[in-house]
Amino acid sequence: MRLLGIAALAVLAAAPPAGAAVNVVTSTEDLADLVRQVGGDRVKVETIARGYQDPHFVEAKPSFILKLAKADLLVAVGRELEIGWLPPLVQQSRNAKIQPGAEGYLDASLTAKILEIPTGQITRAMGDVHPLGNPHYWLDPGNGRRIAKAIADKLSRMVPTDAAYFAARYADFDRRLGEAEKRWDAMMAPYRGLKVVTYHRSWANFVDRFGLDVIGYVEPRPGIPPSPSHTITLMAEMRRQNVKILLVEPYFDLKTPQSIGRETGARVVVMPPSVGGEKEITDYVSLFDYDLDLLVDAIKETGAR
Amino acid sequence: MCRWSRSVAACVLAGGGLVAAPPVPVAAEVMQAAPPPSAATDDLSRLKRDLEALRQEYAGRIGAIESRIAALEGRPPEAAAPAPEAPAPAPALSPGAAAAGSKVFNPDIAAIGNFVGAAGQSPGGGEPSLNMQEAELSFQAVVDPYARADFFVTLGPDEVALEEGFITFPTLPGGFLTKVGKMRDAFGKVNAQHPHTLPWVDRPLVATNLTGGEDGLADAGISVARLIPNPWLFLEATGQVYQGNSEIFKAPTRSDLAYVGHLRAYQDLGESTNIDLGGSVAYGHNGVTDDTTTRLLGVDGTLRWKPLRRSIYTHFLARGEVTWSRWGEADATQSAVGGYGYLEYQFARRWTAGLRYDNSQRADAPWLRDTGGSFILTFKPSEFSLVRAQYRRTSFAENESPANELLFQFLFAIGAHSAHPF
Repeated sequence: MRLLGIAALAVLAAAPPAGAAVNVVTSTEDLADLVRQVGGDRVKVETIARGYQDPHFVEAKPSFILKLAKADLLVAVGRELEIGWLPPLVQQSRNAKIQPGAEGYLDASLTAKILEIPTGQITRAMGDVHPLGNPHYWLDPGNGRRIAKAIADKLSRMVPTDAAYFAARYADFDRRLGEAEKRWDAMMAPYRGLKVVTYHRSWANFVDRFGLDVIGYVEPRPGIPPSPSHTITLMAEMRRQNVKILLVEPYFDLKTPQSIGRETGARVVVMPPSVGGEKEITDYVSLFDYDLDLLVDAIKETGAR
Repeated sequence: MCRWSRSVAACVLAGGGLVAAPPVPVAAEVMQAAPPPSAATDDLSRLKRDLEALRQEYAGRIGAIESRIAALEGRPPEAAAPAPEAPAPAPALSPGAAAAGSKVFNPDIAAIGNFVGAAGQSPGGGEPSLNMQEAELSFQAVVDPYARADFFVTLGPDEVALEEGFITFPTLPGGFLTKVGKMRDAFGKVNAQHPHTLPWVDRPLVATNLTGGEDGLADAGISVARLIPNPWLFLEATGQVYQGNSEIFKAPTRSDLAYVGHLRAYQDLGESTNIDLGGSVAYGHNGVTDDTTTRLLGVDGTLRWKPLRRSIYTHFLARGEVTWSRWGEADATQSAVGGYGYLEYQFARRWTAGLRYDNSQRADAPWLRDTGGSFILTFKPSEFSLVRAQYRRTSFAENESPANELLFQFLFAIGAHSAHPF
């Protein structure tokens, strides 16, 4: 591991001075950080959705068209997360390089581990169901690594002369992420199987990775706002199973979660699912640091088990 | 299968080696069971030949099986391909497979129902009491690596019409976003919108009086739009040429085309607020006589506010649009002006309230001026349906007392319908 780091540094030192940086636009700040981790000073990254907004509902503002117009590479979350806003932006960008199917369009989900791919008949009676699986897959560090690898491979194909630089930066990120994962696993080890409730289905990959058990959602169905009857059923289930943790994404209204918390004694934890969701969350690794600290503190305070 | 084949061969070879090998302590027990070497040299060599023949026969058969598997899986046979852990499932070759595969290229299809009801008194009748105003069918897909196509067919109570049907070339050299087909003209904001994207049940009076009402300016033609690079703001210029066959323009001859120009400027004022300004011109023959024309000039402005952290719960929008019309007649030109102002506020995740003020002269009779006001309340159970009520008070020029009406609307969409332009 240390050898790898030294090798990475050696390559960094030996790399030629930066030429024209690759212009990258990403749909979310998580992807932007992974591009930065791998691309270093050989890329210029801009992002469309902010970490504290609901990535399903982003306005397709013309100012984003200007960003896309000069992009060499567009990295999207995919799995139809951006279906409501990215396609019209890409079309109006007039940029042949980043049209779907072109070399400069990277769907980050293609190499990731995707959960909750529906089987059988799906209808909108199920709410805002994503037919290609849960698009919040970046919340598993394993997927962060896979996305970073896909970005490194893509950048290396686009700028073959910098391939060694991207490979070294990926190796360095991989090493740091691996060390962080050991830390996170140790933090979460005592709480495997802990039952939680979340607002939206944003945390499928997160709970899968860290061994939590989601027993219900505040939304009756994905994308459908809470209803009184569903909330009552949910609270009864939370009392029965003694659930003390309720995770809410920062862009949802806290009224229903807080009344659930008052009634059941559960702690409402506003947990950002993206880089930039809070000022302290400046990169992909600090996203998990922040969220897991928040979660473990809440677990300790409520005595949940 | 391959591993099985190789282990058989390895077994046979090991057996032969074992028999031929000099006695070693490990093999002693096996050797005791075998006949003494000196007495069985002939038998041994025959056995070796038989084994070798058997080995070659199996190797040949296995090679044939491997190449058949490789052919089925669609890859060239390899001499020593590693074995898959489990036999691959046989490819499904049911009679319908080819047809099912081709369905992935079917376009996105959606149907949008627009049901409108009306109550109250209105001169001339107004909207029917209960009316399935239209059903819109949309078919949208990528044509090839160079273009996409969009078709919108409207089925009204007594007509079927192609509302829009065009091909878009998004990546032509020079940054020209080009559309060819039947389109709603890029004149102002409200003219380009489909009924189901309007924030009202009806269209404003200015649209009815000056730009052709529900069908509006929509025609067959060619549209080219280009971004104008500058360091300050988003600036897009659109130029369109049409046949001259819409509610406003009627070309008497083939050479009398209608022209539309639109300039849009947009600027973010922070991440929550933005301003959107537009100017439009349209020109074409109006069909009153062979050489009478209509000129339209429009300006529009929109201010939007939507805080990103609460983007699904609240927003505010203020929009105004003014249109000037110069309507040529045989011996005179009528100049009329009209406009609307609209305020919209989303006060809960599913609820939006709006106020609209209307004021417009009539294109061919500018001495007649209609005014009106509306209060609109919209409830959206989901992204795919809405229920809307609109109280509308209109003072028509020829009537003493204003018309008070209550309109209500159910809009519902099924299928895959692409996002609309911002």
